[in-house]
Amino acid sequence: MRDFWIIFKQAFLSKAKSKTFLITTAVVVAGIFLLANITTIIEAFDDGEEESTAIPVVADNEAIVDRLGEQLTAMGEETGLEVTGDSRDELVGQLEEGEIDSFLILRVPGGDSIEAEYVSESSEMFGFPMMLQEALQSMQTEMRAAEMELAPEQAGALFEPVAFEQTTVSASGKTEEEMNQARMLVYVLMFLIYFAVIMYSNMIATEVATEKSSRVMEILISSVSPVKHMFAKVLGIGTLGLVQMLLFGLAGYLAMKSSSSVSELSESFFSEMGLGDIPAMTIIYAIVFFVLGYFLYAVLAALLGSLVSRTEDVASLITPLTMIIVVGFIIAAMGLSTPDAAFVTYSSYVPFFAPLVMFLRVGLLDLPWWEPALAIGLMVLTIVVLGWFGARVYKGGVLMYGPSRSLKDLKKALQLGKE
Amino acid sequence: MALELNHVTKKFGEFTAVDDLSLAIGEGTMYGFLGANGAGKTTTFRMILGLLNPTDGRITWKGKPINYGTSHEIGYLPEERGLYPKMKVEDQLIFLGELRGMKRNDAKAAIRKWLDRFEVPEYLNKKVEELSKGNQQKIQVIAALMHNPELVILDEPFSGLDPVNVEMLKSAVKDVRDQGATIVFSSHRMDHVEELCEQLSIVHKGQQIVEGSLRDVKRSFGRQNVRIRSDHDLTGLQSVSGVRNASYALNGAVFQVTDDETAHQLLEEALKTGPVRHFSIEEPSLQDIFIAKVGNEHA
Repeated sequence: MRDFWIIFKQAFLSKAKSKTFLITTAVVVAGIFLLANITTIIEAFDDGEEESTAIPVVADNEAIVDRLGEQLTAMGEETGLEVTGDSRDELVGQLEEGEIDSFLILRVPGGDSIEAEYVSESSEMFGFPMMLQEALQSMQTEMRAAEMELAPEQAGALFEPVAFEQTTVSASGKTEEEMNQARMLVYVLMFLIYFAVIMYSNMIATEVATEKSSRVMEILISSVSPVKHMFAKVLGIGTLGLVQMLLFGLAGYLAMKSSSSVSELSESFFSEMGLGDIPAMTIIYAIVFFVLGYFLYAVLAALLGSLVSRTEDVASLITPLTMIIVVGFIIAAMGLSTPDAAFVTYSSYVPFFAPLVMFLRVGLLDLPWWEPALAIGLMVLTIVVLGWFGARVYKGGVLMYGPSRSLKDLKKALQLGKE
Repeated sequence: MALELNHVTKKFGEFTAVDDLSLAIGEGTMYGFLGANGAGKTTTFRMILGLLNPTDGRITWKGKPINYGTSHEIGYLPEERGLYPKMKVEDQLIFLGELRGMKRNDAKAAIRKWLDRFEVPEYLNKKVEELSKGNQQKIQVIAALMHNPELVILDEPFSGLDPVNVEMLKSAVKDVRDQGATIVFSSHRMDHVEELCEQLSIVHKGQQIVEGSLRDVKRSFGRQNVRIRSDHDLTGLQSVSGVRNASYALNGAVFQVTDDETAHQLLEEALKTGPVRHFSIEEPSLQDIFIAKVGNEHA
């Protein structure tokens, strides 16, 4: 057992103390804080540049401009309007000069219809013209209603909005709003799991291959059994991964807390993203699926790493492994919008996809407890089987030198491991 | 006997890497294990270390089989040198020492002692990749010896070192032997084996072709070298019966003979051609034996 901890400690500490690890972690933590405070930072740069955003309006009737202004305010739009005497050509000139962003031409021919032209520098202001059109539409409807001499009640009855409410009867039992929140959180965590599993299983394979190519392996396995060595290594680097993820999580939490006290904006930003109040169960599942997913892939990666004799060969041998994770991620990404689709449900039980896909389902849907439990059980079983198998390959693989780039070596390694 | 190999055979599929090898090595002896490349030396070492199981036969260390329980008593220098390139010498040696059952502080003390002995104390905090190949080898020898093992296995310990370092390592190895350790080492350098080993064995293509003490091996080889220096032409001496081989140089010749009688006859013949400046009967060098047994292509 002592040997196990020595290897574990070495695998963990030598990586944790490495410059690469420290710098990566620091950069990501800094990035998280930066992102959380982005609104504050932007505001800091915007200070003192409080320019008026009033849009110049060319109109023959000033009353209608006031009416439009009221309508827009009622719809929650803050942009003001300003009647101007300039001609269209002059305004186009100003637009090209960059003095104004856009302008509006309003005409009321015949008194009961509205013609409008909205000119902007580019079509990137997408929401505002829609709102403008909507406001003008309702104004025209009002004008027509007045012309038909409808009583205000009649007009009101005519324009009464439909009572529309969206509810779902899918397995999720969550409202659309809740879904959106959960979706964002699940997406972020899923991405973390995906990223961490790829990164750390690669680290394992490279580490094992380095030990083999630098031939220190022969000394190691003459004092510790290869099986012990493999599991200590996998566990050591896994702990490192967990520590890094927790650091990121902690940084994210602190960044959120600190930034929301500074600006209410970012608080609303985060709660919109569904990160306002994180459901504890989702986080717990995220950790469980990260740990299991990591072990599943790390054992495989160690096995593959033991087959190569040069670090350069790691990349080619680990590609199939990466492909499996990518496929899992694609399924999960598609499942974000349709978490109860059949292919998502089925693939969530496949141990190699479960860390991403079952996590997605558990995060988005209200599943009966046995579903994630079954997936977790299957994963644990797979890890045990792979661990047993991997240990045998590893035992032979670490003694094998020479050009080894294919999975054919698996058989050779197994053979050697037995001997 | 401390280390015993009893009719050990190792097959990889159809290929027989080691065929019916038997050795008995006493405690505190230095044992030379000779063989050409691919003769089965490394496989034998891996079997002794328990990394591979023999297909047939038994290996025991002090009467017990070797496994991970006994690994603390064993020091191993693999043929292919290997250390973590990015790790500092001290961290690395502490790690390897701890794996061999040393306490951290004992390991630290041992590292300082050994680095001083090899006259490289300044490498303590250097990364291994910064060291020259020869110096990396010193570090690795330290890794094999620092925990005072009772059984030391050195696969080609002196290859790639300059003469000064070879002497330094030889004296270290001798000291470890004098402290009671049993040492098995393989080498291509016959002079090193001749100088260090009381006992030896030569393997060729998995087969043991010579085994025994250095003296017995030389005696039983059955050939001696007769060296004669003379200013006269000695080519005629080749026809003396009993001469197996002759090689000529400017100032004389060396004849390989099977018995003392032939040697005396050679002297008589040589004297007939003129005065002889030097005459000696030499025992065969290990090099001669190795070449005779294994064949020229592997010398």
